[in-house]
Amino acid sequence: MAKTAADRPELTEPAAIDDLHVLVLAGGLSYERDVSLRSGRRVLDALRTVGMDVELRDADIALLPALAADPPDAVVIALHGATGEDGSLRGVLDLCDVPYVGCDARASRLAWDKPSAKTVLREAGIPTPDWVALPHDRFSELGAVAVLDRIVDRLGLPLMVKPAQGGSGLGAAVVRESAALPAAMVGCFAYGSTALVERYVPGMDVAVSVIDLGDGPQALPAVEIVPRNGVYDYAARYTAGRTTWHAPARLDSGVATNVAEVALAAHRALGLRDLSRVDLIVDADGRSHVLEVNVSPGMTETSLLPLAVAAAGLDFGRVLSTLVARAAARRP
Amino acid sequence: MAGTTLDDYTDRYARRVRGMTASEIRALFAVASRPEVVSLAGGAPYIAALPLDAVGEMLGRLGSEHGATTLQYGIGQGTLELREGICEVMALSGIDAACGASPEDVVVTVGGQQALDLVARLFLDPGDVVLAEGPTYVGALGVFQAAQAQVVHVPMDSDGLIPEALETAIAEQARAGRRVKFLYTIPTYQNPTGVTLTEERRERVLDICERAGLLVVEDDPYGQLGFESEAPAPLRARRREGVFYLSTFSKTFAPGLRVGWILAPHAVRDKLVIASEAQILCPSGYAQAAVSTYLNTMPWREQLKVYREVYRERRDALLDALTDLMPAGTSWTKPGGGLFVWATLPDGLDSKAMMPRAVAARVAYVPGTGFYADGSGGGHMRLNFSFPPPERIREGVRRLAGVMEQEIATRQVFGAVRGEGPRRRAGSDAPGPALA
Repeated sequence: MAKTAADRPELTEPAAIDDLHVLVLAGGLSYERDVSLRSGRRVLDALRTVGMDVELRDADIALLPALAADPPDAVVIALHGATGEDGSLRGVLDLCDVPYVGCDARASRLAWDKPSAKTVLREAGIPTPDWVALPHDRFSELGAVAVLDRIVDRLGLPLMVKPAQGGSGLGAAVVRESAALPAAMVGCFAYGSTALVERYVPGMDVAVSVIDLGDGPQALPAVEIVPRNGVYDYAARYTAGRTTWHAPARLDSGVATNVAEVALAAHRALGLRDLSRVDLIVDADGRSHVLEVNVSPGMTETSLLPLAVAAAGLDFGRVLSTLVARAAARRP
Repeated sequence: MAGTTLDDYTDRYARRVRGMTASEIRALFAVASRPEVVSLAGGAPYIAALPLDAVGEMLGRLGSEHGATTLQYGIGQGTLELREGICEVMALSGIDAACGASPEDVVVTVGGQQALDLVARLFLDPGDVVLAEGPTYVGALGVFQAAQAQVVHVPMDSDGLIPEALETAIAEQARAGRRVKFLYTIPTYQNPTGVTLTEERRERVLDICERAGLLVVEDDPYGQLGFESEAPAPLRARRREGVFYLSTFSKTFAPGLRVGWILAPHAVRDKLVIASEAQILCPSGYAQAAVSTYLNTMPWREQLKVYREVYRERRDALLDALTDLMPAGTSWTKPGGGLFVWATLPDGLDSKAMMPRAVAARVAYVPGTGFYADGSGGGHMRLNFSFPPPERIREGVRRLAGVMEQEIATRQVFGAVRGEGPRRRAGSDAPGPALA
């Protein structure tokens, strides 16, 4: 049976965190800079609320000198996009002996690349929609029409097209007829050089946040996503009022338990740590299909992990500060 | 379970608020604030060209020596001292006492933007039609949209607004039984195209509007930033009646002070003041004092020459780089002044769809869609040359050319692809004002 938030682990006592100096990294040069800045400010506020000494910084030319001059006890990576999620920045923090909240560089790199992550999930027996991942060059070498026809033959319609890397729904499109596929590919390749084309699974969109407060990974209540216009695009994600979120998701308890188990299995299979967010579809038969796993989940006012934390009856600041304290304890 | 939308006010917003949503294109501009990115997207003047020490000292004295008045409330119309200064500035463009310009008919506003908003408040009812150049200033589209008016674009060419097209648009609206309230135009070094309405067309446009009983709202923020020769005289210098003249110190002095103005006929002037008082009580006394002291004690005409010289060099750098680097099939305007060049992309390219590639390549521009009320304009982009130095401009164009080559290659692989969704809101495809 999956462990859930109902088990209520002990959160770190405030006294232990008062002395910690924390650096929140936000901004970066990715498409999601704006989202990251919002996430960073939200994390900053939450950690200050529980009395932590927190500072917010961009990941720029001034970062390494700042880490050297005033090494923080831990870093919270609120960067979305490559810098925060492809493992490279985590590798640099490792070089600097600065601990951070979240998984290590290797796991981050794996989760960041959706096709690689899906391969790992499938090998672990975790359901994920059939897919093919192809770089732009393959289409130009082999001819787009022939390749696209083959994809439609094999995976059927509708299809989900999205960049192999990246988040916030940028460059993603549902394709319901073959004629719309080339446009979706062009839109996708604007955001990255490799496209992931996936069988579209209709069903309920849910996100399960996984956190580890010292007692092993636990699944927070699943959050169900119901965009007002039916599409969970950028506007629906970041405009309050454009999407209805149900936390916990409106699932039978058996299905809810299964969703939590699948999310925990994905978190473990990818070797993740501290926190993650697993995005899934629950089909009409109650089966879960993992779409992707995020190692630096959004923390904005309309993001899913903070909603899940609240649904679990936990305090966002206390959860974050516990994760920070655990990261700080890993300091070499 | 009802769930949450995280906005408990959804059902209470006014109709004009619908469509105010997060925009992925607007969010992409966030990276332009990083120094790695060459931003050709902003519209910011090159404030570093000001004598900042002297200006700073002047600003300090306005507080320490004159704070009792500069920090107090003032009158809604704006100080007489500044309105006299404004008349002096307008006289430089040919709008002088001989054509009826008087400090009595000037209303000081919070930048040109409030001037636009006041005009919209006075004249636009929901459903009214405004004619405007296509493309036009994104901030004006936002104001007209907030007033629930409909913008009908009138095409331009390299000589500015096309008079025949204006006549056609007026006739079409009349046939459709719609009420056109005014023509909104930026006749000189237009934003976003940089194009200037020719001498001959100015008279024709005025005649057409006069015959149709159409007011003309002339927005002239850039008219004094000509590089080679003096611009043709403003429309207001040619007609006393029927033309509202809007301008600002944002491009000729400093946008941070937020001081603009309207020159309006007497009767309208009083209503503008009442409407402005309802909005803001009075313009900032401190900012007004800063501008009038600047005009009275500092060499502002010389400063205009400095700005012109800096911008001319940068415009040349941009035009040269475009000539050297742009892929075949690209064309662009050759502005005689102002801050912007308008580029037309090779057939099939879409500037909005190309934005993520540009961000990845560390260059930013504004997609043409930002300048049309109907979301068209994807085949164009606006390039700013006032802020980045010449060598950065060239580097930006080099990056942009690479982005376009990639996009051309992708479109060749997948065939001609069209089909952009309708835009949600004026401004959602353009950056906020803080972007340089």
